[in-house]
Amino acid sequence: MSVDDSGTTLADDQPPAQSPAARRSPPPLSRGRRVVRTIGEILITLGVVLLLFSAYQLFWTNVSADLATQQVTDQIRNDWQIGQHGSTAGAPGSAAVPQTFNPGQGFALLHIPRLGAGWVRPIVEGVALDDLKKGVGHYPETAAPGEIGNFAVAGHRATNGEPFRALDLLRPGDPVIVETADSWFVYTVDNTRIVAPTRVSVLLPVPDQAGVKPTKAIITLTTCNPRWASYQRMIVTGTLVETRPKSQGPPTALGSGG
Amino acid sequence: MYGWLWSHLPGGRVGRPVAAMVLLLAVVALLFLVVFPWVEPHLPFTDVTVNQGG
Repeated sequence: MSVDDSGTTLADDQPPAQSPAARRSPPPLSRGRRVVRTIGEILITLGVVLLLFSAYQLFWTNVSADLATQQVTDQIRNDWQIGQHGSTAGAPGSAAVPQTFNPGQGFALLHIPRLGAGWVRPIVEGVALDDLKKGVGHYPETAAPGEIGNFAVAGHRATNGEPFRALDLLRPGDPVIVETADSWFVYTVDNTRIVAPTRVSVLLPVPDQAGVKPTKAIITLTTCNPRWASYQRMIVTGTLVETRPKSQGPPTALGSGG
Repeated sequence: MYGWLWSHLPGGRVGRPVAAMVLLLAVVALLFLVVFPWVEPHLPFTDVTVNQGG
């Protein structure tokens, strides 16, 4: 027996009683059964699509974000080696002169030893979704690293590389280190707050005090809270305690993991 | 639905499963590369900034 291209099957293992014709065209389903079957198939399909979306969120976005993060980190280190930017931003070790970066451009590295030995993420300009897929995003209107005022960054807590997944582990006194082309800026954590998503005053040069002239250099880290929801924000604030030119080597706060 | 689809796929005993596979992969690729990235910003996991819009 054979099979032809039209799909007519004359299978050898079928009982002889079942004629090819009967196998080819089963009795037509009633309209009701066809409707029920189609609805069932659509529901199963939706379930599979939801499972696929979970895989996309929990796995795929992290894989692609890790790749992008690595690329941006390499590009930043590369730029520093050939001295493309940052070298004109004031004398080494001085607070960085405010400078503008292109949206999406990586310009610094963030080290947080509390989040793991050797934990480092690139800081890119901008907090749009596309920027945050590459690492941690710098709020464009806020201060530069080490500058007097508020250097504010945002990072994902879940999916897309989730750099700030464990931000809740930070405790007062923990070092948060920003590495630029020519300097290390060591901040220590002052406090962690949970605020409303609209609380933009945390980004002010002096947080929550509009119009006040800043005298200190601080850092603000923002992410979502609770981890899988968006109805709050977690805000970690720290103060600059050490500015160190690259030529003096990494700060001791970095530990051995840097 | 799937019965109808299967019976309309080209190819014979070998070609039809291949065609089904290709179709499945195309649908998954469409989901991962177009549909899911479009849906993502509308879910809460990616809201990590403070902003006026909430």
